Amino acid sequence: MEHAIVRTTDVTKNFQLGQHQLEVLKGISLTIAPGRYISIMGPSGSGKSTLFNMIGGLDKPSSGKVFIDEVDIAQLDAYELAWLRCRKIGYIFQTFNLIPVMTALENVTLPMTFAGTSGDEAMERGMELLSQVGLASRYGHKPSELSGGQQQRVAVARALANNPAIILADEPTGNLDLTTGEEIITLLKEMSVERGVTIISATHDFKMLNVSDEVIWIRDGRIDKIEKREELNISVGTIHER
Amino acid sequence: MDRLPPLPLAKSFEIAYKSIKARFFRSLITTTSLVLAVAFLCYIQVCTDLANALLASGTPEAIQALIRGGFDLSDQTGTIGESAKQQWLVVLSLLVCVVGIVNAQLMAVTERFREIGTMKCLGALDRVVLLLFLIEASLQGLVGASAGALLGAIAGVLSSLASLGSMILTDFPWTAILSTTLKATLIGCLLSLIGVIYPAIKAARMEPVEAMRVEQ
Repeated sequence: MEHAIVRTTDVTKNFQLGQHQLEVLKGISLTIAPGRYISIMGPSGSGKSTLFNMIGGLDKPSSGKVFIDEVDIAQLDAYELAWLRCRKIGYIFQTFNLIPVMTALENVTLPMTFAGTSGDEAMERGMELLSQVGLASRYGHKPSELSGGQQQRVAVARALANNPAIILADEPTGNLDLTTGEEIITLLKEMSVERGVTIISATHDFKMLNVSDEVIWIRDGRIDKIEKREELNISVGTIHER
Repeated sequence: MDRLPPLPLAKSFEIAYKSIKARFFRSLITTTSLVLAVAFLCYIQVCTDLANALLASGTPEAIQALIRGGFDLSDQTGTIGESAKQQWLVVLSLLVCVVGIVNAQLMAVTERFREIGTMKCLGALDRVVLLLFLIEASLQGLVGASAGALLGAIAGVLSSLASLGSMILTDFPWTAILSTTLKATLIGCLLSLIGVIYPAIKAARMEPVEAMRVEQ
């Protein structure tokens, strides 16, 4: 079998809403190969974010299994999960989520600090990453002194800090204007190509489609269709009707 | 699957210090109630220390001054204690102070939900978050309590000078006052830590997925 960086088997997720049992995910199985740029698309309320959180090891499924790098994340204890989040996965958020009291460089080096990298090495790699995202000259600025696009660039650098295998981007362009959003998408694509990082991004931004290797459409808690870029109009997977 | 190495203590201190520095006014407000409560505690006890020193000197002028100063010398224990009312006031002020700290720290935790969630996404363990909050509180406690104790001691000496006269300077009880000040500082640090325990546990237990939530 081909090595998969992320694999889910029949994942379901239920939420208890008062008396109601809300089925958000109704059995999702998918396999993501390393080094690809994946977009998860779907209307709000489709379960896109929930699926995304499962893949990121931030939430556990009600049933079914999620494997990251062939490790079942349900089997991991708190320490191993922290390691996974620190070393294997880089997170990018819609709201940037830089630590407001830290400078750009400190934000980028924070995951390295958690990973136990020594101060000097972290500084050096942090500066290298900042120059890769084009912000070397602003390393000493606090997030509040940076524009939205710049903050998201710092977030991209931070996500790459520990050379993760996967970058999870939750609506990375949601809070950015058109051009800045495009810049971030291009940056992510570059990083994916240069470093072989798997990029998984939840989005409803159609600009993402141009760079995606694969688009997973989620609808009503199920996979609607999976489109590969080279066969953009051919649907694999099944369409489930309500 | 590997585990992360523990975060070096120096690094935790650095992060906590930066966080306080960046939210200086916020920390100042949290600390002010501590400063006042500790100052009150220290003030009352320093006044008692001074009166006791005066009583121990045993001269008739000293006894006269104490009686004029309003101290009750009727019980024959040979020392002056704080009156029950004063003790109540001190205990109450310390209680109010702890409640104030819990309140302020809970606010701080709520404000920093996203920050804490993000840190957890980046690989911070529960205990790292807990430790950060505890260190922050101890630093605030140390600064606030020492300032409060110093203020209280100075106020106590000045007010005793006013009520008992310059006689207190002849047999100035340095060691008693120093130990009272130190004790008050310690109590202040302890209160600051007690006040942050619940908010810190709340922060540490937070799920990292909170960081993803957009609203706030």
